[in-house]
Amino acid sequence: MSDDEIILSELPDDELVQQMQDDLYDGLKEEIEEGTRILLDRGWAPYRVLTEALVEGMRIVGEDFRDGILFVPEVLLSANAMKAGMSILRPLLVETGAPKQGKMVIGTVKGDIHDIGKNLVGMMMEGAGFEVIDLGINNPVENYLEAIEKHKPDIVGMSALLTTTMPYMKVVIDALKEKGIRDDLIVLVGGAPLNEEFGQAVGADAYCRDAAVAVETAKELMRRKHNVNAAV
Amino acid sequence: MHNPIDALLAEKGVLLADGATGTNLFAMGLESGEAPELWNETAPEKIEALHQGFIDAGADIILTNSFGGTRHRLKLHNAQDRVFELNRKAAEIACRVAAKAGSRVIVAGSVGPTGELLQPLGALTYEAAVEAFLEQIEGLKAGGAEVAWIETMSAPDEIRAAAEAAIRAGLPYTYTGSFDTAGRTMMGLAPKDIHAVADDLPEKPVAVGANCGVGAPDILAALLDMVEARPQATVVVKGNCGVPEFRGAEVHYSGTPELMADYVRLAVDGGARIIGGCCGTTFEHLAAMRRALDEHKKTQPPTIAEIEARVGPMRNKGAAQSGAASAPAGRRERRRGRG
Repeated sequence: MSDDEIILSELPDDELVQQMQDDLYDGLKEEIEEGTRILLDRGWAPYRVLTEALVEGMRIVGEDFRDGILFVPEVLLSANAMKAGMSILRPLLVETGAPKQGKMVIGTVKGDIHDIGKNLVGMMMEGAGFEVIDLGINNPVENYLEAIEKHKPDIVGMSALLTTTMPYMKVVIDALKEKGIRDDLIVLVGGAPLNEEFGQAVGADAYCRDAAVAVETAKELMRRKHNVNAAV
Repeated sequence: MHNPIDALLAEKGVLLADGATGTNLFAMGLESGEAPELWNETAPEKIEALHQGFIDAGADIILTNSFGGTRHRLKLHNAQDRVFELNRKAAEIACRVAAKAGSRVIVAGSVGPTGELLQPLGALTYEAAVEAFLEQIEGLKAGGAEVAWIETMSAPDEIRAAAEAAIRAGLPYTYTGSFDTAGRTMMGLAPKDIHAVADDLPEKPVAVGANCGVGAPDILAALLDMVEARPQATVVVKGNCGVPEFRGAEVHYSGTPELMADYVRLAVDGGARIIGGCCGTTFEHLAAMRRALDEHKKTQPPTIAEIEARVGPMRNKGAAQSGAASAPAGRRERRRGRG
């Protein structure tokens, strides 16, 4: 034990929150669990713990990921730490009826097993307060349609890492159009071989180059959707 | 270990590897989401045509149709129990075509990532990864592949696992990373650090380098870093033919044969010894690359500015501008240590 060891429970609220953001950045799962419990014990509302400590911490992680300062291994550790905090908060958030950003159905398209990027997006979206339904890998169009029917999401996210699977996104979006539900949904696509023009060409609302951009884009498009709805 | 690549390099100086597998199989009717490897059994004539097209265009090295040939990838298509067979067939098809070529063509067995994260980030143990690659590489070797061509990799430990499997199988190997994220692989491996990945293994790679990625300018920038880091190494670049675009219902790549020819000249000048194309590179592109390679006289390595002037702007920042060192001073330093 070194002299400058930090005892989380001895920190005042503001310093504890900052320390939690740092610990999130460093992917320290146990410290995040501890910090989350301490704030709850001090009477913080679960939603406040979520937004001020976890969401804000993940926002910084996301920015540095976007800027090429952090890469997938570091972000995965951060996201795992965030998940640990979330699992304490989730039941409490439900109980207290905390506000939700929106609901997302996400999955890797048929033929593709890569889920690292998709998992990151899912975790970052959760970290930003969205409800996320993860369909896993290798999803044929039917899986997306079923999940949309069942969960009524605001957002559908599709991921592909292979140049042989990314055209499948168009198959899914075309099916949404055929069913007449395309315009009810925000469709986000991502994956290393994609780009913005590709996203437009398949008929997505946006291409998100990484998980941080996905969160920003989702929030922005949700805001616009609400504005449109409010105007009608 | 005897390796055919060094022998052919000694004869020819710079070698031309082939172009895209997936993109060209699409043009032959592969459906999005289907496993190309299954065609080794169900449509071998199409795979032969793929290899023949590249050999006719002038390839010195062709890659087998086995990129997704580990059990972790094949399980998606319920073919996880046929790893050895599918890979053996992939190599046999390529060898059959190579044997008929008028000149020496090396058959390299393509080995792509498992798609799994290794421990501690994921569930796959290092040893299980080695086993999975070994199963694939043994099939490739049985079918006649002369070298294990480990490609499109992101994670250093996965590269190492595949390299170790090649060594255990008794095949020489090469490996290349896909530097598609801020000048590095998505797992953060910088081009200059690619050499060291296999440094502690008993057999060294025949060549290392970059493939796929985000287009010619970025992969050429990675090339400069790799050559500078270890000038004596044999460096491979096998870059995408521009970026994917949808035209109607089909995916096209933005790179023209002229652009790919210029990419070859710049790659030669930059010190690459094995040059090829990845996604989007058709027979026509490769033929233009062959001509460029045969006619070009090597000159000084280009600067980044010269690369951008000739083959377009870089899409991502370079590796030197990314990573923890690029963070604003003092940013996110832990304020205090904890125990």
